[in-house]
Amino acid sequence: MLTLLTGCAFPLLLAAIGRPLFPRQTSGSLLTRGGVVIGSGLIGQEFSQPEYFQSRPSAAGKGYDGTSSGGTNLGPNNPKLKDGGAEFAGIPQLAEEYRKRNGLAPDAPIPIDAVTRSASGLDPDITVANAALQIPRVARARGVSEEAVRRLVADHTKGRQFGFLGNPRVPVLYLNLALDQMKQGGPSTPR
Amino acid sequence: MRWLEYIVFLLIVVGLARPAGLYLARVCQRRRTFLDPLLCPVESVLHRLLGVRPETEMAAGVYITCFLLFGAGCAIVLFLVLMFQRWLPGGPADAYLTTPMTPDLAANTAVSFTTTTTWQAYGGEQTLRYLAQVIGLVAQSFLAGAAGLALGFAFIRGFARERSATIGNFWVDLIRSLLWVLLPLTLIGSLILIWQGVPMNIVPYTLVHTLEGRTQTIAQGPVAALEFIKNLGTNGGGFFNANGAHPYANPTPLTNFLGMLAIAVLPASLMITFGHMTHRPRAGWVLLMVMVALFLVGLVVCDRAEMAPPAQLAGLHIVGPNMEGKEVRFGVGESVLTTIVTSNTSTGSYNSMHDSFQPLGVLVPLVSMLLGEVVFGGLGAGVYSIVIPALLGVFLGGLMVGRTPAYLGKKISSAETRWIALYALLTPMVVLVLTGIAAVTKAGLAGLVTNSGPRGFTEILFAYASCMANNGLAMAGLNSNTVFYNVTTTIAMLAGRYGLAALALALAGRFAAQPRLPTTPGTLPADTPTFGALVLGTILLVGALCFFPALALGPIVEHFQH
Repeated sequence: MLTLLTGCAFPLLLAAIGRPLFPRQTSGSLLTRGGVVIGSGLIGQEFSQPEYFQSRPSAAGKGYDGTSSGGTNLGPNNPKLKDGGAEFAGIPQLAEEYRKRNGLAPDAPIPIDAVTRSASGLDPDITVANAALQIPRVARARGVSEEAVRRLVADHTKGRQFGFLGNPRVPVLYLNLALDQMKQGGPSTPR
Repeated sequence: MRWLEYIVFLLIVVGLARPAGLYLARVCQRRRTFLDPLLCPVESVLHRLLGVRPETEMAAGVYITCFLLFGAGCAIVLFLVLMFQRWLPGGPADAYLTTPMTPDLAANTAVSFTTTTTWQAYGGEQTLRYLAQVIGLVAQSFLAGAAGLALGFAFIRGFARERSATIGNFWVDLIRSLLWVLLPLTLIGSLILIWQGVPMNIVPYTLVHTLEGRTQTIAQGPVAALEFIKNLGTNGGGFFNANGAHPYANPTPLTNFLGMLAIAVLPASLMITFGHMTHRPRAGWVLLMVMVALFLVGLVVCDRAEMAPPAQLAGLHIVGPNMEGKEVRFGVGESVLTTIVTSNTSTGSYNSMHDSFQPLGVLVPLVSMLLGEVVFGGLGAGVYSIVIPALLGVFLGGLMVGRTPAYLGKKISSAETRWIALYALLTPMVVLVLTGIAAVTKAGLAGLVTNSGPRGFTEILFAYASCMANNGLAMAGLNSNTVFYNVTTTIAMLAGRYGLAALALALAGRFAAQPRLPTTPGTLPADTPTFGALVLGTILLVGALCFFPALALGPIVEHFQH
């Protein structure tokens, strides 16, 4: 009886109010381009080509598996975190790859979010410092000025919510979509 | 900025405590509220349908029996829903449900959700059908939360009444908790979550073609129905494996902050309800301040620990805090705040992976659970998880000055002391014995698939501490979906919910029957900072005596090793 009230009536009521009010959010904030669903604005995806900003490393399935969320669960003192393992890159290896890809000196400091795996494995964001280090590479690969890319990053950076909640962050998929639009000569659309 | 966020959080919790506490008192005492015109008709229909006679009051024994029967009934319903979920219509497709719903996993989950533990030995998106999540888990999150709140009301009545043989009617309290507290707040909260991006649909898992031409399958579902009540009811069981770290479950810093308020405000305001109904408002504030003090200590220690990157990365020129297992949108600030709030309130939701926390970062939630979640505490259950340690403090204080101890005019004689001592000993007994068994048996050690050494031991201790405290937080490196862990954690969850509740209500029944002693110059005042310090000292002393050796073998030794 009470199960019916809380397990059936409540979800139905919530859906009945929520879906018409917020159709985009209730359907998973999906993004389409040219009629094709290209992802969800909230769910991170993998980028490996130089002309795109890259997401954080991921421990969800084989990387950004949307049906298998999770982190590594490795303790901070677990040697595997440093040395890596079968099909698992250690943090020094990730750091080396990151520096090489972005043309950084071997001892250049890099932000830790670029070489650690998030809790969900689907983190849609990177830090502002991480995005800044990738700007020259992306600009070079696309043949556009660093200044233009930097402006685009600034446009897409989300500050702290209400000025004090959480961390400033750069949503990677939105940023990369805007980059593609810039290439086509169209205006970069705000979110 | 982190500190501003911590401080704003505490200010809101303390600021809302009085209005919310007085409202809860009205709900508890069946006095008029502004929601009556809407809800009273629903209430009387429910009473009629369920055959509740609202004017009949129950003795403590009857009350606890009803609570037990209700818990058992809910567990059986949930067990059946889970076992027969394959015949439920709707998504997701079978191909995605890779974790089989074995009888031991179903039983463990059924007990877990009906005790507000919501220990999850499975990953939601790989195990459960949408309908099982909604009819099963959403419903139980409401019902178990409401049952907890009812329990809190009954316990408070034990101190508020004199010479009374009864402490209320369980069914009336349950339905009022649901209608006047949980359902309206959840409806508003869930809509805010949806606005911020939490999905609410029943579509199949969505196949998308990414910008680089890969394919990605995105798990969806009626997520919003669960994600607010899981916090408000201090349950914590999430829709997805990654719980509150999943961007669909917890898309923005605002949803996270709101979730933490949903957890903390009601248990904190129940202290004011307690003070109000016993006509000692200051006594309620003293208990709340004890909570705030302990909360701040945990916050500082955990924040300091997590601001340091893993020690083994030194010299690699990697800058920033410990971000392994944390989300960028939350950073250290909201990850630590969430850890401290959830570990103190029997809420197993998390937005960062505790197994990747620094040793001292993980020590804090572990200690919070072992101390019995005295800070805020589970919804309703939080009242007795702070008042009973306070009674113990009164007893010890009474021994020191050689007077018959009394709290709020209620005498603590040898019979009451026996119940209090049993309550204080049950947690260490269950947690330490089960941890000991797991640490020396093959089946127990087989769970250590990710980490070993002191961290492995911490994972085991954490699991039983979490289940006993009806919390549900996990160091997820432990593979706990085995018959051994499913059975032993179930034992801990049952002892933590029904064992502790039965002892607490037995005490409440005895106190309700007592007359109230007049206040004399010899009475130990319960509404002074000194009394707060006594309670704080008692909690820390008893906790250290019981658990220091076990903690030394886990996080403490790991901290000093590196």
